Amino acid sequence: MSEEKKLAHNEHMKVDSNYLRGTLAKGLADTSTGGLTEDEQQLLKFHGCYLQDDRDIRAGRRKHKLEKAFSFLIRVRVPGGVATPEQWIKMDNLATDYANGTIKLTTRQAFQLHGVIKTQLKKTIQEINAAALDTIAACGDVNRNVMCNPNPFLSQAHADVLKISQEISDHLTPQTGAYHEIWLDGEKVETTAEEVEPIYGKTYLPRKFKIAVAVPPSNDVDIHANDLSFVAIVEGAKIVGYNVAVGGGMGMTHGDEKTYPRLADIIGFCTPEQVLDVSEKVLLVQRDFGDRTNRKHARLKYTIDDRSVAWFLGTLNEYLGYDLEPEREFKFDDNGDRFGWVEDHLGDFHLNLFIEGGRVRDQARVGLRKIAEIHQGDFRLTGNQNLIIAKVSPKARPAIEALLDKYGLLKSHLQSALRLNSISCVALPTCGLALAEAERGLPGVITDLEEVLEKTGLRHDAITIRMTGCPNGCGRPFLSEIAFVGRSPGKYNVYLGGGHAGDRLNKLYREAVPRNEIKNLLGPLIEDYAKTREEAEKFGDFVIRAGYIAATSNGLDFHANLKVGAFNS
Amino acid sequence: MIPSHAPFSSEQSASLSALVSGFSPEQSTWLSGFLAGFSPELVAAPSNLTVVYGTESGNCEELADRTVKAAKKKGVKAVMKNLADLSPSDFAKFENFAVIISTWGDGEPPEAAEGFYNSFINESPDLKGTRFTVCALGDTSYDKYCEVGKIFDARLESLGAERITAREDCDVDFEDSYTAWLGRLLDSLAAGSSVASAPSAAVVPSVEYSKKNYFPAEVLENVLLNGEGTAKETIHVELSLEGSGLDYEAGDALAVVPLNAEDVVSDILKQTGFSESEEVEIKGGEKVSFGAALRSRLDITALSRAIVKKYLALAANVDLESLLSDEKKAEFVRWIWGRQVIDLLQEHPVAGLTAQQFVSILRKMPPRLYSIASSPKAHPGEVHLTVAAVRYHGYGKERKGVASTFLTDEALVGDQVQVYVHSNKNFRLPVSDDTPIIMVGPGTGVAPFRAFIEERGERGAKGESWLFFGDQKYNFDFLYQLEWQDHLKSGALSKLDVAFSRDQPEKVYVQDVMKKSAGEIYSWLDKGAHFYVCGDANRMAKDVHETLIGIVAEHGKLPLDEATAYVDQLKKDKRYQRDVY
Repeated sequence: MSEEKKLAHNEHMKVDSNYLRGTLAKGLADTSTGGLTEDEQQLLKFHGCYLQDDRDIRAGRRKHKLEKAFSFLIRVRVPGGVATPEQWIKMDNLATDYANGTIKLTTRQAFQLHGVIKTQLKKTIQEINAAALDTIAACGDVNRNVMCNPNPFLSQAHADVLKISQEISDHLTPQTGAYHEIWLDGEKVETTAEEVEPIYGKTYLPRKFKIAVAVPPSNDVDIHANDLSFVAIVEGAKIVGYNVAVGGGMGMTHGDEKTYPRLADIIGFCTPEQVLDVSEKVLLVQRDFGDRTNRKHARLKYTIDDRSVAWFLGTLNEYLGYDLEPEREFKFDDNGDRFGWVEDHLGDFHLNLFIEGGRVRDQARVGLRKIAEIHQGDFRLTGNQNLIIAKVSPKARPAIEALLDKYGLLKSHLQSALRLNSISCVALPTCGLALAEAERGLPGVITDLEEVLEKTGLRHDAITIRMTGCPNGCGRPFLSEIAFVGRSPGKYNVYLGGGHAGDRLNKLYREAVPRNEIKNLLGPLIEDYAKTREEAEKFGDFVIRAGYIAATSNGLDFHANLKVGAFNS
Repeated sequence: MIPSHAPFSSEQSASLSALVSGFSPEQSTWLSGFLAGFSPELVAAPSNLTVVYGTESGNCEELADRTVKAAKKKGVKAVMKNLADLSPSDFAKFENFAVIISTWGDGEPPEAAEGFYNSFINESPDLKGTRFTVCALGDTSYDKYCEVGKIFDARLESLGAERITAREDCDVDFEDSYTAWLGRLLDSLAAGSSVASAPSAAVVPSVEYSKKNYFPAEVLENVLLNGEGTAKETIHVELSLEGSGLDYEAGDALAVVPLNAEDVVSDILKQTGFSESEEVEIKGGEKVSFGAALRSRLDITALSRAIVKKYLALAANVDLESLLSDEKKAEFVRWIWGRQVIDLLQEHPVAGLTAQQFVSILRKMPPRLYSIASSPKAHPGEVHLTVAAVRYHGYGKERKGVASTFLTDEALVGDQVQVYVHSNKNFRLPVSDDTPIIMVGPGTGVAPFRAFIEERGERGAKGESWLFFGDQKYNFDFLYQLEWQDHLKSGALSKLDVAFSRDQPEKVYVQDVMKKSAGEIYSWLDKGAHFYVCGDANRMAKDVHETLIGIVAEHGKLPLDEATAYVDQLKKDKRYQRDVY
């Protein structure tokens, strides 16, 4: 391409922002509006917050002479997803005092608060920081919350991956003093550009950047939805190193085939000591080569597809000054959680609870709060929006079980395997991108499908099912066996054929299906699956073998090979 | 007598007023008839065009703006209006109008126009005599291409409006279709521009409306100011003073004479068993039906010691007698708190009570004063109120404030409300437009400050202005939020600070926010600012007063007694004015 493309607006905004300051402080001080300017909103993402409004009541606000009912989403980083009971209690307090009375556990093992209004934003963020948590770089064109497998079966391995996740997170956290100045009333310190952001520089990354650390056989962090992943290679009980996977990602735009989800490529292996260096250099290659002219084409997945995987590996090796070793063998079985109590080799117990849609509310919230008040271990947020009450000693277990029972949590995971393997993003009413319901929509859809499951005896067969309000991918819809992606109010694109271990993208089966027709559309397929599946065959594999849908081999053929009729509903 | 907005110079107004005030009713009537037939010559007025738009992405707004500019170039008087700010009946006021609107998703209107759209589908204003055209924006990749524009087009025709030119449907690249449509529209307007304007002689009131003679003001608008999710019920009411001759200034109050609610009337009818049609004589000798007396002439709710005494005089009642005794004064106060006339009737029925006796113990329906929320310069011929509906539960019954719920529930658009203007000379803007003003008005206390700010905006006043507003919740109870934003943009308002008591665990009130800006408040006072307080007298005004003294003490470095004297002096100098209730 010879023509010079214009830089995306956000690139200028970053340069002009003086390391993420911009006019944020002024915008936050203006109490005449609960909102912020467009540029301030973009900058605020780097500080972990999104401006949203209550879309349930958006119509009619002007009649009341009111602007939109603005509030903020605050995303709280929890590197590796491990929080202390004190931190849990703090989040619970904040949910009551400033947010909408709920805590959302995200698909990236972070906490989210919704409904915090502008006048309370600073105070809320200060309290989050007082609990040794923060929101910096929870969103924005930087490295986001680093995910890691919370698997308690292998306690030593978990301790190692958690440590490495936290180190990666620390290493790649933006260094600008803007966060402290704006939220924590920190001193302004004069520094040179090189001192401010040694890794990022003043334009940060072209787009968001996601890192995960997986421990096979679980792919619960969904490595294929991450720009960079480390897959632990465990020998005995020891991690000998990590396979390096790059270029995964979910987001796409309806009607724009140049955008697509993409699986990550495994490009080699590195030792535990090399992980930080590899993280930094992968990020630097993306920083230097990523497309800064088009934000819909700026993720690492496009940087790689525009060139080649070989090019990427070559360039990375150059940046590293050494070559990655050849990848080691491993196998993922699934990307779900393992519910219920388990005992680790130290004799401690861990309980993986099911939290539908990751939304902690009502009685369950009270119960978890009471548990946090007596719990000596920790809380682990899973990549599937669920929660592990971890490190419960045999002595402490009865008291915690009594509380679980009292607040109706003990049997949270006695649900259909379909429901247990569900994920939904927030969507309406707060997310500005949502085209349809997700968190409020999926439970009912599953209830409909459970009728079919009961009839066909599939109640205990795990099928991954995900619903998102838009195709940007917060709920990682394109990696599930069944996915509903919002198209317009009450209508969803239905995707099928994802790999059960999150290792194959799904494909569009029907466009714009009305919510109420989902059961009729999928019921016959599930019945067919029950009758004609092969031994241990997963639903995602079955729909391909049975010819309902063609397999997607990678991002570039995601939009191709649709069956006749995909657009006919 | 001649309203300030009437189309006369001040000399003309003065001589007309002098002339007319001397007329007998007969002379007035004759003259009004004479003037009605005295039509000015037909003139070829330039045609006018109102461009209304509904926009999501800004495209329609941009096209509306271009349409207005193009029309003006052709000598057409053109203005643009956002559908979000209109109601369907507004269309009837337009001569020629163009609708520019987009379609989204599954045939939906832009979000901001959704409210209008829904009422437009359901209401049927008569649009005969108006002319319209539609420019519809859409995206052919959707099923319901330009659906909203099509619905407007068909609906406007069915309501009697006549097409200026055919609808144009524009795809994503709208430029060519839009230009074609604009050309046709402007050509048609130019061809039919010699429309005769109807003579509209200013109406000279033949009677004077006052405290003794209420003016029936038509309700132009009645909207809830609190958003969905609120615990409050505050309305904005717009009344027409057209033809009343009533005039007011920012800071004045409007007296509203309410009707008693029908359920309250019927409770009393049921309890007493008297006939609604029985004739009774009310004070002043007028004879009306008992039902009418209850509905519109008497105060049938408020209970007082005087009423209970008169009631007791009708028939012996041991309990009441004891309650009224001097030694039980405190008990009586407790008893009467929250009770109304109906409770007296129910708890202490009097055998043989007659309708006339009952009527004779009640007082005349008192008018209620509301601080006016509008500037007459900003809204000629109108007066606006900000009213909080009073509803509560007491002694097993749902109770409601008479006037506030009358305005909320019964003063619907098109209805009439009896009013007169009550001048408040002690609540006035500074004489000089350069003087800074600080206004503290939480809740409905903000009403007169809306008037002040509008007034100063209209006058182009240079003086700075600072408003402290408070209520329960930012997102639901920020009364007039969009207007304050406009005033801040235009400069009519310089600073706005807010206190919302229920957005955080601890309560935050206006005086708390004042304390945060204490230094600046003091420096404004020091440079001559006027300080105004409006709203609750019991707590807010007292707290604000104490806070003000504290600010003066701290930042004026004065001992408390001198700070108090400083504030007293502000009052004497009329720089500290209050409208509290």
